[in-house]
Amino acid sequence: MTSVKPSNVAYQVMWNRLISVVEEQAQALVRTAFSTSVREAGDLSAGVYDADGRMLAQAVTGTPGHVNAMADAVAHFIRRIGRDNIHEGDVYITNDPWEGTGHLHDITMVTPSFHKGRHVGFFACTAHVVDIGGRGFGADGASVYEEGLYLPIMKFADRGEVDQTLLRIVRGNVREPDQLVGDMYALAACNDIGHRRLSAMMEEFELDDLSGIAEFILDNSHRATLERIAALPRMSAEGSMTVDGFDTPITLKVRLTVAEDHILTDFAGTSGVDPKGINCPLVYAKAYACYALKCAIAPEIPNNAASLAPFRISAPEGTIVNAVHPAPVALRHIIGHFVPDAVYDALDKILPGVVPAEGAGCLCNFQLSLRPRTDAPAPNGARRAEVLIFNSGGAGARPAHDGLNATAFPSGVMTMPVEATEHAGPVVIWRKELRPGSGGAGERRGGLGQFMEVGAREGHEFDFQAMFDRVDHPARGRRGGAAGGATTIGQDDGTPMRGKGKQFVPHGRRVMLGLPGGAGYGAAADRDPALVRRDLARGYIDADAAVRDYGMSAEDVAEVEAAVHEGRWVD
Amino acid sequence: MKRDSIRMGVDIGGTFTDVVLECHGQRVSTKVLTTYAAPEDAILEGMRQVCDRAGIVPADIHQIIHGTTLATNALIERRGAKTALITTEGFRDVIEMRTESRFEQYDLNLELPEPLLPRQMRLTLRERVDAGGNVLIPLDRAEVEALADRIAAMGVESVAVGLLHSYLNDTHERMIRDVLAERLADVTVSLSCEVSPQMREYERFNTTVANAYIKPLMKSYLGRLRGRLAEQGAECPVFLMHSGGGIISLESAAEFPVRLVESGPAGGAVFAADIAARHGLDRVLSFDMGGTTAKICLIRDRTPKTARVFEVARTYRFKKGSGMPISIPVIDMVEIGAGGGSLAHVDAMRQIRVGPESAGSEPGPACYGRGGDRPAVTDADLTLGRLDPEGFAGGSIRLSPEASIGTLTRVLGEPLDMDATEAAFGLAEVVDENMANAARVHAVENGEDLAGYTMIAFGGAAPLHAGRLCEKLGIDRLLVPPGAGVGSAIGFLRAPFSFEATRSVYMRLSDFDPDAIKALLSDLRDEATGFVRTCDADSEILSEFKVYMRYTGQGWEIPVTLTEAQAMAPDAASFLALFEADYARLFSRTVAGLDVEITVWSVNATTPPETVARIEPVGAGEPARSTAQRSLFDPALARRVDATVIARAGLTDGDTVEGPAAITEDETTIIVPSSRCALRQSDGCIDITRKDAP
Repeated sequence: MTSVKPSNVAYQVMWNRLISVVEEQAQALVRTAFSTSVREAGDLSAGVYDADGRMLAQAVTGTPGHVNAMADAVAHFIRRIGRDNIHEGDVYITNDPWEGTGHLHDITMVTPSFHKGRHVGFFACTAHVVDIGGRGFGADGASVYEEGLYLPIMKFADRGEVDQTLLRIVRGNVREPDQLVGDMYALAACNDIGHRRLSAMMEEFELDDLSGIAEFILDNSHRATLERIAALPRMSAEGSMTVDGFDTPITLKVRLTVAEDHILTDFAGTSGVDPKGINCPLVYAKAYACYALKCAIAPEIPNNAASLAPFRISAPEGTIVNAVHPAPVALRHIIGHFVPDAVYDALDKILPGVVPAEGAGCLCNFQLSLRPRTDAPAPNGARRAEVLIFNSGGAGARPAHDGLNATAFPSGVMTMPVEATEHAGPVVIWRKELRPGSGGAGERRGGLGQFMEVGAREGHEFDFQAMFDRVDHPARGRRGGAAGGATTIGQDDGTPMRGKGKQFVPHGRRVMLGLPGGAGYGAAADRDPALVRRDLARGYIDADAAVRDYGMSAEDVAEVEAAVHEGRWVD
Repeated sequence: MKRDSIRMGVDIGGTFTDVVLECHGQRVSTKVLTTYAAPEDAILEGMRQVCDRAGIVPADIHQIIHGTTLATNALIERRGAKTALITTEGFRDVIEMRTESRFEQYDLNLELPEPLLPRQMRLTLRERVDAGGNVLIPLDRAEVEALADRIAAMGVESVAVGLLHSYLNDTHERMIRDVLAERLADVTVSLSCEVSPQMREYERFNTTVANAYIKPLMKSYLGRLRGRLAEQGAECPVFLMHSGGGIISLESAAEFPVRLVESGPAGGAVFAADIAARHGLDRVLSFDMGGTTAKICLIRDRTPKTARVFEVARTYRFKKGSGMPISIPVIDMVEIGAGGGSLAHVDAMRQIRVGPESAGSEPGPACYGRGGDRPAVTDADLTLGRLDPEGFAGGSIRLSPEASIGTLTRVLGEPLDMDATEAAFGLAEVVDENMANAARVHAVENGEDLAGYTMIAFGGAAPLHAGRLCEKLGIDRLLVPPGAGVGSAIGFLRAPFSFEATRSVYMRLSDFDPDAIKALLSDLRDEATGFVRTCDADSEILSEFKVYMRYTGQGWEIPVTLTEAQAMAPDAASFLALFEADYARLFSRTVAGLDVEITVWSVNATTPPETVARIEPVGAGEPARSTAQRSLFDPALARRVDATVIARAGLTDGDTVEGPAAITEDETTIIVPSSRCALRQSDGCIDITRKDAP
């Protein structure tokens, strides 16, 4: 570039480059991290910031739960570390739930970036780690003190020297020290990859600092976001949703107000903090509120400081979406994942015909603590193992499409192959398939949940840590659509089980799960009969539902069933 | 393969069928329009043309090597057989539930691709094997027989069998095949333990279903092709290019047609690897850019990088996760939606976006004058002076610069306050940056640094963009080989006979079992060698041993290559040392205190690579005489420069051309940026290097 100020074309190229840089940063983390939730579920994020801590780009790979948390985090680091104390070769760390990403299991690392001796910006990344000590991953802690080791914002490396005292403390407090320390180095290394690429870009475009490109990115993003907000009706609307909670139901209340230059999401009236660790620091609730609004209003505008700023949030301290220290927050995802459905209940009144009906919401995860049977002699080779399994119920039906079957929303996770899970411990997944009839009826049908049957291999028993919701509060339909199927849980001999908490499963027994379906959208009577016939042919619904919910005639049912049986129905 | 044999390479692509004949050291080639209804018609027509030109008859041909997009297209267009899947009870929906995730997080109206088989065509049997390969529920033969009768009644043409953990214990899958063979003689059967014996049920089942789905179609096509060739007198053996970059017998291809997916692009990579060998280049980035996509592949030590899984039929802007996974050995390529026809627009952030939507050949870019009203990459190339409006495609199409300028101004220039040239500059920079980013990410994923690499560019649009791409990637040297328009078909003629056998078996180094490893690797070698032996009864066959390793707890394995000695006398310490060396190369460090595990084992059997004659590099000779000048926009300088225009056909060995220059040929134009100079090598390659090279 010959001119002093780079051209518009050069800025376009640089913005593209930064988005690619953070993607590369995230991919490096996926490949080197030890935590299952990072590599299988994409529970991570990565971003680049200017010298003032404003986020310029965030990797697409990653989870919505980190959306705002990442945008806010670096400012906390600058404040805590102190500008005068930032040096080349430094790396900072924290797992503070309130200044990081919502629970102690997420470690955030921030690295200042220096170009030609001058501090020009930061790279940050976050990953969910295998273990952080304490009681282990679960809702059982009465306060955050019981949930694991707390790392305040501090230096992991000072001018290139890694703090060995910190490492000794970490190693002495967690169950898998090698993996955790490995993950800490992986996070630092991934920032380093970003830094090297940024430096090369600044070299290529002869930049001394990022101020020009930062203004270009932030101005364009801000303007584009405000255009979208300006197109909305200037009004307020309320929404609410009640879910199971741990022992007592939780109600999320939302009031959305569209102003000229921002949207405010106010959670006043929401239930208070819970004694169990399903509470949400505000930063995490904000992430999912913002994610929900961005999906509906400005899906293609990339995440950065300016595109996120107009999405404001407020919640009274002490509500479950603004739990303050020292509330237990380990499973903050359970409430966090319901925030979008609550926000959509309000947004639907402002922007009809855009948002989906309610879906399964929170991920249907469970953890098995397997061990040799204790009721009788265990066979040789019986062993202990911890196995965490991610699963999804059905998503809510959309105004123009059926809900997605057994697909995570709002979370971005992936499930693990059953064959891989069965290698991770002495577990047998006897069944994992779609749950017919669980999609709420409607003009657009809700997504199907799934059936699972889970047992241990011969000679083992286990504790089953359940993290399910929607047992008593299935997903509600929209515009006349029916509710989705509720969560069901019990043992194969009929022993009942609870949706949440640690429960013992004796040798030989299996846990039988019906994971929830998404709700329907619009009246079932308006559904295209061809789609009802297709759903019957595929077994998404049974003959009874076809007749009862959709008014199909007995002759039509017989015709479809005959066509399937004779192999004439192949789509 | 004897050196003096007459061989023909045939690549059926989406638009053209390319036929290349090599005969007594001469090469003739032709392009014929692909005949979709009967693809063999185009082959016969192409064969007639090249035989006439070479003065031979089809009976003189010793060997035909064939690659085709037919398998890929059948999967993309869902034109397969009536197929059923037989799977383990409780797992009917594996290919539908995929990874239970959304590949695009912000699209509320996202639709996931439909599985190849709908739910009612997926049938289950009561049986179960555990992760140790032990039978938990034995398979009842009577149940299989009843299911076979049901399948017969449904009129199914092809059956896929995919049972849990069958990569460890295949007895149930084989029992099902035996019963089906007895009761349903006309139905083809594909077993997951044979098609893709790897852990991860979604990938394995989907690959097996894909194989079953296209098997009747490919079997009948290949049978017909052989018959039609024989009628013409070409009774020589016919071999098929596979996705892993080698060739297999027609019989193997008919049994495992899913291995033919992406065979065309694999041929392109082999073509580039051959050029690399002739020029003695150990680190090469191949860059193939056509009308709709660009493909990038890393070639180390004359061997293209390979992978075990890839995705076909992506439905959503080439996005990862939007297609279906196929787990077979494959040449590892990045494909992005960037080609000459890729269309540009301005998004909400006032950013220029290019592709993956493409103008195709109809209506084509605006400059074709066939009604295209949105700016394509070709419109930018024309406006920037990279293309001659009169000389495009050998003068067969006259391009309209006015149309390009008009649409660039209207669609990009007005919203962004740019003139047509700046808009074209922006468009070209964005598409080049997209390709450069894809190449960088791919390199980093493979632990490579592109500095020190040489680019080999082919495909119609590549020579227009390769020079700028090299500048962006810090690559000092670029080769544009001759015959680049039929590169894949030439590549087929350079490919060895090869077959890669893989198996998933978990083993921790702390439980290292040398005897079991030796037995496993020997089995895999026998299997792979068997396939190669059916192609060539005499040749020496080399075995390449690879294991995929990771730290216990990680989800990402890295390939570790073993020597034959290490494979046949395995010991844990040397495996660990090899793993740590590769891990450190990729991620700059190793992790102390953790166990290491092996997840996948593979043996690639291959005939030895043809010994190629090294090109004697020519020194810089005389500057070529220029026939014309043209105003060319140089993006690195961000301004127009006066460029020399020279016809490639007029260059002789050692001729040099200083950038900025445009070296024209019928099919495309090679752009030499101001920072570079070109030299014609003795094999016809245009060799472009930095002027200020050390």
